[in-house]
Amino acid sequence: MTAARLLGLLTGFLFGFLLQKGRVLRFEKQLGALLLRDMTIFKFMLSAIMVGAVGIHLLEGAGVVSFSHKTLDIAPLLLGGALFGVGWALAGFCPGTALGALGEGRWHALGVIAGMVAGAALYAEAFPLLQQQLIGWRDFGRIGLPGLLPLPPWPIIAIFWGLCLLLFVFFERRKL
Amino acid sequence: MSRRSGKRRSGDGWNPYLAGALAGLLAVASAWATTAGLGRTSYLGASTSFVRAAAFLLRRAAPERLADNVYFQGTGAVVDWQFMLVGGILLGALAAAFGDRSFRLEAAPPIWRERFGTSASKRLSFGFLGGLIAMFGARLADGCPSGHGLSGMMQLSASAWLALPVFFAAGALVAARVYRRRTP
Repeated sequence: MTAARLLGLLTGFLFGFLLQKGRVLRFEKQLGALLLRDMTIFKFMLSAIMVGAVGIHLLEGAGVVSFSHKTLDIAPLLLGGALFGVGWALAGFCPGTALGALGEGRWHALGVIAGMVAGAALYAEAFPLLQQQLIGWRDFGRIGLPGLLPLPPWPIIAIFWGLCLLLFVFFERRKL
Repeated sequence: MSRRSGKRRSGDGWNPYLAGALAGLLAVASAWATTAGLGRTSYLGASTSFVRAAAFLLRRAAPERLADNVYFQGTGAVVDWQFMLVGGILLGALAAAFGDRSFRLEAAPPIWRERFGTSASKRLSFGFLGGLIAMFGARLADGCPSGHGLSGMMQLSASAWLALPVFFAAGALVAARVYRRRTP
């Protein structure tokens, strides 16, 4: 096995392990979040982003890693994002958690995984048309929030941490 | 049995804040490891690998369609770092579930059964439809909750900060329509 594949497998294994331990792979947790009843997924996700944002900006500042922003192309993000949300609510899993759920024995995730492969094939078929009609219509490029807002990264991260902590207090008080 | 484990908050599994924080550390460590080991920074993501899976199937079923398609030329039938990562998620979840005995063979999840009954084929077909729509959307938006949600948000990518609220808003609207019973 090549180094890239081995590293991918190891990273995925650890990621899947943590997702399972956080109990965020479950259909009822995903729907629980969408129905605003159980915020486990938000707790997991926001904690990961809080820690990740500090770590990755330290590494980037030290010149160890480089950022890889996806392009801020408004129409595909809005339309694709909305379609993703609709499908997510019906499926009960996102792409990564569908595989993890299968690993937990929730074999109904197989339907979702098959649908996702079909959806990817369908997208590849539709791509030439979408590229002509939709993609790149209002594309602001590969930018980060510090390029959009009049704020450098660290104050944005500090504000984000503050907002997340407030949200966590709210979740715990409401027992969400 | 599954009711009880569904209702319990802590006691089963780890504290979600802790598990999430460790996932954040993993995401950072992975960015470092791919840069140092593979020469290029890669961020955690999942949905691109579904395009590769589709390419593998098409290569067997209709190789000429695969060759003709522009999109597959960029993302073809290759087992790369992310493809293995997605496979690793399955194995890691399997190991964790066996480790704490939370592995359950489940044909239809509890919230689903309350609303749609116990039919496995019904759940599979709705899941298929949902998965299809979700993946079409994720490819159009160029990312899913891993790529945009975790990797994009932590880099403070503007695209991620737009995509994630849209994912959630659309999902919450549909979930409320499908699952919320009107109780007086």
